[in-house]
Amino acid sequence: MARVSFQDELCKGCGLCVAVCPKSILQLDNDRLNSKGYHPVTCIDQSRCIGCTFCAVQCPDSVITVEK
Amino acid sequence: MTKRILMKGNEVIAEAAIRAGCRYYFGYPITPQTEIMHYMALTMNKAGGTFVQAESEVAAINMVYGASAAGGRTMTSSSSPGISLKQEGFSYIAGAELPAVVVNIVRAGPGLGGILPAQGDYFQATKGGGHGDYRNIVIAPASIQELYEMTVEAFNLADEYRMLVMILGDGTLGQMMEPVLFRDEEPIVESTKEWALTGHKGRDHNTIQSIYINPDELEAKNNELQAKYRAIEVKETRFEALDTEDAEIVIVAFGTCSRICRNVIRQARDQGVKVGMIRPITLWPYPTEVLSELAKSDTLKAFLDVELNAGQMIEDVKLAVNGAKPVYFHGRTGGNLPSQKEILDLIMNIHKEVNQ
Amino acid sequence: MAIVFEKTKGLTDKPFHYCPGCTHGIIHRIIAEVLCEQDILENTIGVSSVGCTYNNYEYFACDMVQAAHGRAPAVATGVKRVHPGNTVFTYQGDGDLASIGMAEIVHAAARGENITVFFVNNAVYGMTSGQMAPTSLLGQVTTTSPFGRDSAVQGYPINVSEMLATLTGAKYIERVMISDFKNIQAAKRAVAKAFRVQKQGLGFSMVEFLSTCPTNWGKSPVESIDWLKQNMVPQYPIGVFKGKDLEV
Repeated sequence: MARVSFQDELCKGCGLCVAVCPKSILQLDNDRLNSKGYHPVTCIDQSRCIGCTFCAVQCPDSVITVEK
Repeated sequence: MTKRILMKGNEVIAEAAIRAGCRYYFGYPITPQTEIMHYMALTMNKAGGTFVQAESEVAAINMVYGASAAGGRTMTSSSSPGISLKQEGFSYIAGAELPAVVVNIVRAGPGLGGILPAQGDYFQATKGGGHGDYRNIVIAPASIQELYEMTVEAFNLADEYRMLVMILGDGTLGQMMEPVLFRDEEPIVESTKEWALTGHKGRDHNTIQSIYINPDELEAKNNELQAKYRAIEVKETRFEALDTEDAEIVIVAFGTCSRICRNVIRQARDQGVKVGMIRPITLWPYPTEVLSELAKSDTLKAFLDVELNAGQMIEDVKLAVNGAKPVYFHGRTGGNLPSQKEILDLIMNIHKEVNQ
Repeated sequence: MAIVFEKTKGLTDKPFHYCPGCTHGIIHRIIAEVLCEQDILENTIGVSSVGCTYNNYEYFACDMVQAAHGRAPAVATGVKRVHPGNTVFTYQGDGDLASIGMAEIVHAAARGENITVFFVNNAVYGMTSGQMAPTSLLGQVTTTSPFGRDSAVQGYPINVSEMLATLTGAKYIERVMISDFKNIQAAKRAVAKAFRVQKQGLGFSMVEFLSTCPTNWGKSPVESIDWLKQNMVPQYPIGVFKGKDLEV
């Protein structure tokens, strides 16, 4: 069991985490904007998260916390 | 009990620095100051300090910047073309408010110039060759004893005010030998540098930098610096006044040039012309007040500014005198020195002119 | 559940100003993580340089000093000579290190200064909007090589790691790439090794990070990583150029 959480305000919508997630469960949320005007990342299915930390390691802005 | 030793000017500067607690010297060879570096190479390690020959004068001033940021008492020395290279570093040191001592043994310019003495770096030293609104304290010794005492004091001033202090010598002072009386103990004023970078165990981490993107912050920083400089102007201005009380003509000269003029005073008075001299010791802050006071006197008829350049300090003299009295100029460049005779002849002519 | 990844204490709370997807953020993080993991954060003094990371003295949670453009290795020399027992690092881009600062980096390495240099190579000048760098590739379009870098008039890219490896004073030099999980972890191991080299007083160490500049390359962050792998690696092979067998 694993899950990811995000600090939305730090996300710049760069999409790197989305591209590297091996389970393809990350997406930029087109329905939301943070105060900087970016679409922050969201996890569309936490149940499939394997806690590999690929996303967190790829993130330049320390947005992601991973629990396992 | 003091020791009296015959020493060369450049070596005295190095010895004075070590006595003042300087433990980090970074330099690059350039005539006519290289003896400072050689002395440091031989002596610094023995004193428990560090000597580094840098790859350039640019690198040397940046090593000084780093060592100062780390809380060390540090210096570099060079001569005019090398000092030109350091101007960026001076601006950064001023902006970051770091203590540092820099010695300029001035040679003739411009360009590669000559290796003989000159005073052609006055503008560069006092008006700032680096960018932005800043000042360095500039001290102009006129004897080997002063080279010693003022170099020691430079480190204390640098630490106290967190800024660069320049010892502005010239090739003559650097190369000549005179007896020096060394103290048994130097008046070192230690300062706890809480701002220094030492590894932040037990405190918040420190940062040292000089960039403020926000204009209000940068303006506030500039105002702080200016307030510091105003305080220094009040407290640290130094000069020597020689026979000025009854003088008709007052010479204004610094450094090596002032030594030549000192003899002229006696000769002029022997011929019935009352001459005196104001010898600025700090070129910044400049002894403006004493000059403008003298200019008001009825006995004083004229100033004579004598320099080893094409006319640099004379602008500060004129600013101080503010049109109250004529300011004459005599200068030599290229590494040549004026003779006592040529200055005396000029004084006689001025005396005739102002008494017509 | 336990936390297996969270933001490192080696970075301050200040959000990075870097462009979205800029690899500076990743590099800052892995350096900060290693400082914490080796328990040397409180002992470390870093030197910021001039470029996009001009203000990273606000991001690293340790004593930091900002240097003039290109002069960080000289500033670091001054710091390290005063505090030989502290860990001292510089963080420099390709303009800072390989253009204006070329004399300083060569001589710091030649003198064997016991510092660690982090060299971020993204083949372009970022902060000043995309000029050609000493590391720009032949044919690369930049704001000062608008027709593509032409060797006839603009010379050839410089392989800094290989060049510095010829100096006896340089003890550990490795080039890594900030591309994907595997390589980022390898980069972090290189950072850790470099700090161990310094801690053991062995001499000069440097890690060159092949990095992206999405903004000035005119590509998305993801496309930039692909471009890096396809175009930069042939010119700048990853690997250890000095100190491969160092046991630290």
